Amino acid sequence: MKRVSLVLTLAVATGLSVQAASAQTLKTVKDRGMVSCGVGQGLPGFSSPDDKGNWTGLDVDVCRAIAAAIFNDPTKVKFVPLSAKDRFTALQSGEIDVLSRNTTWTLSRDTSLGANFTGVTYYDGQGFMVKKALKVNSALELNSASVCVQQGTTTEQNLADYFKGNNMKYEVIAFGTNDEAVKAYESGRCDVFTTDVSGLYADRLKLASPADHVVLPEVISKEPLGPMVRHGDDQWLDIVKWTLYAMVTAEELGITQKNADEMAKSDKPEMKRVFGTDGNLGEQLGLTKDWVSRIVKAVGNYGESFDRNVGAGSKLGIARGLNALWNKGGIQYAPPIR
Amino acid sequence: MAIEPRQPPSQLLPKLQRALGGSAGWSGFVIQLLFVAALAWIAYEIVANARANLQAQRITAGFGFMANTAGFDVNQYLIPYSNSDSYTRVFIVGLLNTLLVSVIGIFFATIIGFLVALGRLSPNWLLSRISGGYVELVRNLPLLFQILFWYLAVLAALPNPRQSISIFDSLFLSNRGLVIPKPIGEPGFEPFMFALLIAIVAAIVLWRYSRRALFESGRVIKVWPYALGLIVGLPLLVTLIFGAPVKFEVPVLKGFNFAGGSRVIPEFVALTLALATYTAAFIAEIVRAGILSVHKGQMEAGSSLGLQRGSVLRLIVIPQALRVILPPLTNQYLNLTKNSTLAVAIGYPDLVSVFAGTTLSQTGQAIEIIGITMGVYLLISLVTSAIMSFYGWRIGRSMG
Repeated sequence: MKRVSLVLTLAVATGLSVQAASAQTLKTVKDRGMVSCGVGQGLPGFSSPDDKGNWTGLDVDVCRAIAAAIFNDPTKVKFVPLSAKDRFTALQSGEIDVLSRNTTWTLSRDTSLGANFTGVTYYDGQGFMVKKALKVNSALELNSASVCVQQGTTTEQNLADYFKGNNMKYEVIAFGTNDEAVKAYESGRCDVFTTDVSGLYADRLKLASPADHVVLPEVISKEPLGPMVRHGDDQWLDIVKWTLYAMVTAEELGITQKNADEMAKSDKPEMKRVFGTDGNLGEQLGLTKDWVSRIVKAVGNYGESFDRNVGAGSKLGIARGLNALWNKGGIQYAPPIR
Repeated sequence: MAIEPRQPPSQLLPKLQRALGGSAGWSGFVIQLLFVAALAWIAYEIVANARANLQAQRITAGFGFMANTAGFDVNQYLIPYSNSDSYTRVFIVGLLNTLLVSVIGIFFATIIGFLVALGRLSPNWLLSRISGGYVELVRNLPLLFQILFWYLAVLAALPNPRQSISIFDSLFLSNRGLVIPKPIGEPGFEPFMFALLIAIVAAIVLWRYSRRALFESGRVIKVWPYALGLIVGLPLLVTLIFGAPVKFEVPVLKGFNFAGGSRVIPEFVALTLALATYTAAFIAEIVRAGILSVHKGQMEAGSSLGLQRGSVLRLIVIPQALRVILPPLTNQYLNLTKNSTLAVAIGYPDLVSVFAGTTLSQTGQAIEIIGITMGVYLLISLVTSAIMSFYGWRIGRSMG
């Protein structure tokens, strides 16, 4: 762990010149022929490699969508698995172009880290998982419990705030990676494992007997998760931001991976703008006219990606909830593409 | 015929030339100067470059963050700590945790190392083979692997707090660690400590007196019964007068965990155990090499004086072996301290975990934090070497 940080720090100290001086991430990416994308170290549904070594997940789809928009090839991504505490240094140092690793959007991360959030891929909140055998029904019954957590996350601070706010005592054991924290929880070192609720469902699948564990109903924080880019390159910020919005817009307009080619022939003015048969919106971003259809054909619209990775079509089976479109009871909303 | 001592020629200039420029003389000096200038320039460029780029990206820089509120908790602290304390406090908490595991690890590693070395050199076939096997097994497995083994193996073997193994209903062993009664000072505490201190000082004086008597007049005075009597008797007497020095707060199971008492967390035990046993294997080989480096004649001479094997080792062989042992032993102490950074794998809150881990991630100030952390480890290592050098110097002096 220490060595990784050290290397990254040296990279920050020496290597930044290239990144910051030019600040043309798009050009760098094109020259390299790859998008370098920071992802998680194996969180099912968000970013995990399958048995053939292909990365899949909601966060991974964002990386693939960006690659599709630039290269028309969703495989041109170099995935860099990062632990929570190493992720920001990797972004600052220029090792990755975009960090898409269920990272919570907060004010201090938007400012002092030297990075910007580009939108929200998943509206989450922090929750608790306990063993069923403990017969706990509410997080308020957790006084004096031992809690396993991954270090370097907002989770650690929310946990402190929640227990303090409710006048409860607890013991925290913070691990370098998520897997270590889960393993310690499973071995009985802790009564409780805490992370974002989506993560709890994903991690529960990795336990020996998922049915013996229960996620408590309380959600103690707001965790809007989204991709991050470095300060200082507005064009790249726009590309990542609008790649997300393109996926959401596609769902709103009913454009899917299958019917994208069909829909592209539509005469509706809105469709023409989105597919670039009218105007040059894609080129304004530094991409091509057909950027939206490239994205949708590669990873599908937001709803398809959600269902495939974390929703009804996946092992996680998480309901859309807050992540449904704004006109379907959720808060996923994209500004107009025009 | 008297020989006039010849005045040596003034060597100041050539000496200076050699010192500054090596065998090449003044041209060598110029090259060295250029080299140092180039190094300084590179260092300056790195710092200036990093600063300019941090500013360009609007990444916060400087050490102002150290005063900010940490907002997270730590499960082992030697000084009072809560989540409303500052990052400076977190830094000290982490540093003390690192020092604690290092000092205790070094202590046990040294003892185990010496015992294994003596075992390996022992004429007892079984003992020497077991010691040899220990060394070969432990030093050839990666340390991280051993730490995880101790952590997961120990945790898996222990029951949860509700079924914890209790000893006399006051010590409780579970997968939350070992909970022991916590001594709380009573009115009789101060007189008790005072009496104990006096007894210890008196015992030391007595021992020194008997040593002097032995060397000066050859009189053998048996000191230990008196010393024992003093150390046990005096505090006991004071307790009878002033009352019990401490009251024990017995831990009770309350909710999920034990309330009251003191707790040794399993992360600490696993880390100390792994570090001590691992380093001990190397120390054992160093000690064995040191002992074997002392000439066989010394041992035989000692035996022929009628000393027992233990006394020969203690009085004759080991003091001479220490000269060989100390420098590599220092290396092992430094290694142990540095290896303690593997703590992060099992969630022990050492300096790297709470400061270069959580604090770094929360503030994003990688350069400052890694800089401070490296500085601290450098300082710990230099202080350790200085202490060992001083010890070596004293041994060298006492042997003339």
